[in-house]
Amino acid sequence: MSDQITNVLLVGVGGQGILLASEILSEAAMLAGYDVKKSEIHGMSQRGGSVVSHVRYGAEVFSPIVPEGEGDILFGFELMETVRSLPLLRPGATVIANDLQISPPSVLMGNETYPEGLALRIGEQFTDFLLVDGQKLATNAGNVRAANTVLLGAISKRLTIDETYWLAALNKMVPSKALEINVCAFQMGRAL
Amino acid sequence: MMKEILSGNEAIARGAYEAGCLVASAYPGTPSTEILENAIKYPEIDCSWAPNEKVALEVAIGASFGGGRALCTMKHVGVNVAADPLFTLSYTGVRGGLVLVAADDPEMHSSQNEQDSRNYARFAKVPMLEPADSRECKEFTRLAFELSEQYDTPVMLRSSTRISHGKSIVELGERVTDLPTPALAKNPAKLVMLPGNARVRHPLVEQNLVDLAAAAATLPFNRVELRDTSIGIITAGICYQYVREVLPTASTLKLGLVHPLPQELIREFAAKVDTLYVIEELDPFIEDQVKAMGIATSGKNSTSLCGELTPGRLRTAFNLPQSATAAPEKLPGRPPNMCPGCPHRGVFYALNQLKAYVTGDIGCYTLGFMPPLSAMDTCVCMGASIGMATGVTKVVSAEEKKKVVAVIGDSTFLHTGINGLMDMVYNNSPATVIILDNSITAMTGRQDNPATGYTLSDSPTTALNIPLLCSALGVKHVRVVNPLNLLETRKAIAEEMERPEPSVIITNKPCVLIKRDEVFTKGPVYRVDTEECVGCRACLKIGCPAIEWRPAPGGGKKGKAFIDPLLCTGCDVCRQLCGFNAIGSEK
Repeated sequence: MSDQITNVLLVGVGGQGILLASEILSEAAMLAGYDVKKSEIHGMSQRGGSVVSHVRYGAEVFSPIVPEGEGDILFGFELMETVRSLPLLRPGATVIANDLQISPPSVLMGNETYPEGLALRIGEQFTDFLLVDGQKLATNAGNVRAANTVLLGAISKRLTIDETYWLAALNKMVPSKALEINVCAFQMGRAL
Repeated sequence: MMKEILSGNEAIARGAYEAGCLVASAYPGTPSTEILENAIKYPEIDCSWAPNEKVALEVAIGASFGGGRALCTMKHVGVNVAADPLFTLSYTGVRGGLVLVAADDPEMHSSQNEQDSRNYARFAKVPMLEPADSRECKEFTRLAFELSEQYDTPVMLRSSTRISHGKSIVELGERVTDLPTPALAKNPAKLVMLPGNARVRHPLVEQNLVDLAAAAATLPFNRVELRDTSIGIITAGICYQYVREVLPTASTLKLGLVHPLPQELIREFAAKVDTLYVIEELDPFIEDQVKAMGIATSGKNSTSLCGELTPGRLRTAFNLPQSATAAPEKLPGRPPNMCPGCPHRGVFYALNQLKAYVTGDIGCYTLGFMPPLSAMDTCVCMGASIGMATGVTKVVSAEEKKKVVAVIGDSTFLHTGINGLMDMVYNNSPATVIILDNSITAMTGRQDNPATGYTLSDSPTTALNIPLLCSALGVKHVRVVNPLNLLETRKAIAEEMERPEPSVIITNKPCVLIKRDEVFTKGPVYRVDTEECVGCRACLKIGCPAIEWRPAPGGGKKGKAFIDPLLCTGCDVCRQLCGFNAIGSEK
């Protein structure tokens, strides 16, 4: 049973819009007829801490959290958080990461340095690795805030959910005034 | 049938709606908060924030005694506050069904302890249901209301972080419409718990639990699933999902009712399997009772009493191979931090500079513990800061007494801090209290409270006046300061620390995340003049996420500060710290 389940992890920093992105993914999976479960931690994590959202879909899903070492796809909104979550993945998993660095408090204060060469290290461990300049593409789409949607578009190509369900989910979850820009950003991500 | 993906909390709210619930009361607390925030979307339910969990339960009890179905929700530690009415409510029983949701937090994602609420069900002699996903959250909430009326008892529903904040697919149902209309009905022998009446009620409570345990063998929420019978597992709640994930061929007895336990069903199941295990998070609540029935079982010898279970941890418990994983890298941590522009920052900077001994409390400001502010010395429970400050001053030297400062937020002060201040005045404690009034219950996601002037439904209401309340309690020295003015704040705190009698300082700047009205207007963004900046790092001492240290090319200790214009709120605090006029607002 478990090999029929798709295990997706969305990780980043509190305030980056990870919860909305995972909501859109869950909604698309449900519309496509799958059983879906999703889990993440709220509360303290809203204050700029690490955020890990788990989305699982398939014929019948039990655990709402991805079993350790079984993640199929990691969707990283920030580089260091992407690397932090690599141990959750199975060998040969797909990694799509936003080329963005957000410094944690110890780096801001100059007590530690932001690790270098993270993207290279991800690529060494996972051959199916796509580094996306989400901010730049979103700016091209009309709003830097749509960076998440660019990443969603990129990931959508690698999941067994038809494009129509993604668009229906965007339609339902994104406020109408921001819809056009987000659909544009989504298509840019799909074209990567 | 209409299907939606709901969180456990959304599903509990939906279940209450479908059950015909009329009143819901709560105090916010992670992971329970969103239940009321979703219940308010159903206009049929009168939803309100109470100042604390005890009041919330008492409001629900009143609604029940009036004949309406009532919901009360709280986080696990909230039950400690509500325990007083709860333990006697089991004696009175109910009129309209009453459901108390306790949301546990194994792993302490956002809590100060990880107490197991199931013990409360047994201790207070109240039945408890435990759902395993959002669909069951909705179904069990509805069922809990029915059981409550059928057995004349409050019913607890236990959730946990992974249930409340997990999402899964739920089929929506209709609201029941055939409930009796609430009206006053006197029944003092049942509702006035004087000794004579309570002695009559107690045996009924015990009998109730015996009857429910017997009926539980056939009730639909306890379910035997026979697969391979070499391993049988008794489990409940989120643990059921992990068992099905990791041991898909094992037989399971999935308990929906975790108190009282269905003893007959457990015996039958135990007899059908070769080896019996109990898999549960935190305490061996079920396992101990199964063992007491004389049935051989185990579970806690290989799963932890601490923290939450995960599929990987369960695999370890059963010596199953782990999936291959990349080795974790050593990376800088990313702890939560106060937001840019947070009005608490300057207060903790001053307390740090004044070397105060700070008795802390529960809220965003507990983050004042983190470096570089590092200005909190204790944190125990909601409202504890003030009483503890009084206690500390009773035992230390006259000189050390001056260092003791209690720090408490507006919502926490109104929750259970008022009594501490009353005691402080009554018994003439020399400690100083700082009420960090940011006009919201911030940490749980910005909920209103009696001092904000708005209700849960966002309607304007009378705003409690905190300075007047402190004066009314008898505090002679009450002063209000602007926490974004560092000199004013530090001077006020230093003066009140010197004063050998009770004093209260109230800060008056709202949380930067409040979206209502124009309570917070973002000021002009600040920037560092790199010509003037000497790299002294003074501005880094407040730990603002908008200020970054940028080492000079070539490394070493030299470098300059930089302000991220996207994060800066223009609060002005860093400018006041700069001795070189290097920080100013953008023109």
